[in-house]
Amino acid sequence: MDKRVVFDEERCKGCELCVTFCPKNIIYLADRLNRQGYRPATVTEQEKCISCAICARMCPDCAIEVYKH
Amino acid sequence: MRKIFERPKSLAEAAQHYCPGCTHGIVHRLVAEAVDELGLAGRTIGVSPVGCSVFAYNYFNLDFVQAAHGRAPAVATGLKRVLPDRVVFTYQGDGDLASIGAAEIVHAAARGEKITVVFVNNAIYGMTGGQMAPTTLVGQKTTTSPYGRQQEVAGYPIRVAEMLSTMEGAAYIARVAVISPQSVARARKAMLKAFTAQLEGKGFSLVEVLSTCPTNWGMTPVEALKWVETAMMPVFPLGVFRDWEVGEA
Repeated sequence: MDKRVVFDEERCKGCELCVTFCPKNIIYLADRLNRQGYRPATVTEQEKCISCAICARMCPDCAIEVYKH
Repeated sequence: MRKIFERPKSLAEAAQHYCPGCTHGIVHRLVAEAVDELGLAGRTIGVSPVGCSVFAYNYFNLDFVQAAHGRAPAVATGLKRVLPDRVVFTYQGDGDLASIGAAEIVHAAARGEKITVVFVNNAIYGMTGGQMAPTTLVGQKTTTSPYGRQQEVAGYPIRVAEMLSTMEGAAYIARVAVISPQSVARARKAMLKAFTAQLEGKGFSLVEVLSTCPTNWGMTPVEALKWVETAMMPVFPLGVFRDWEVGEA
C-alpha cells in the first residue's frame, strides 16, 4: 500500500518528539544513521497510521509529510 | 490519496541549524503557516534577532532584515512606518528581547507600533552557551548561576507578556507553549490573531512562546517539554493578557 506518513530521513535529528506523541505508537528510531549522524524516525506499520499528522505538527524540523487515503 | 500535511510555502527548504528537539523549528513553522493562511507571503517582512534564531532569514521564503542585538522592534518600526502596507514581524529570543532589547520592546509597545512580535522564551541564553537570562527561573542552574539563580543577587525573572499588557498601545498580547499537539494548536491560533491585529491596524501585537533548550538545560528533548510544563508554566502562566476585541483580559 501507499505510505501514509513519509519521513525526510536526512532532515531528521532523532529528537523523538514524533515518537513520543504518536497516538498509535508506531514511530521508532531506525537502527541506522543518516548523514548527519542521527538515527532517523521511521514507520514500518504504515497500515496502522491514522493520518492524524500529530507527528508532523510536533516535528521541529518539518521532516514529515502525511497522506490520507 | 490526499496530502494532509506538508511544509508551508513560506518556510524555506533549508535545513535548520537548531539542536535536536529545539522547538524553534515548531515556532518557525507556525509563523510560516500564519503568513500563508492569511495570504501575506508577498508582502511580509521579518526582522531576525541576535541569538540562536539569528539565521531565521535563511529559513523563511520571506524578505528579512537582521537587526543589531535587541533592536529588532526599532528596525521593524522603521520598516512599518516607511512601508505601512507591508506586514512586519520580529522574531526574538529572551536574551535579545528581555535583556539588551528591553527598552526597544517596551517603547515599541507603548507607541503602539503596528508590528507583530514573536517572542521565544526558553529561560536561558542558548547561542552563547547557556548563561542566565532575564527570564531564568529562581533556582535554575545555568553556566553563570551554577548554584541556581539567587534572587538576592540576580533578582527575579521578567514576565514580558504581563509587563507589556499594561501598555495602551498593545492590541494583542498572549503567552502560549509548544509542548504538546494541543498547545501547538493554540499557539497557531494566537499567531494568526497577532498578525490579524496588525492587518486591522489595531496596534502592537506580541505572542510569547514558551520554548525549550534541551542542550543548555541538560535534558533530552522530551524531558525538556515536561520541564516547560512543570517548572516554567507556574512562573509564566499561559493566557491572553490583552485582546483588542474583548478589552484588557
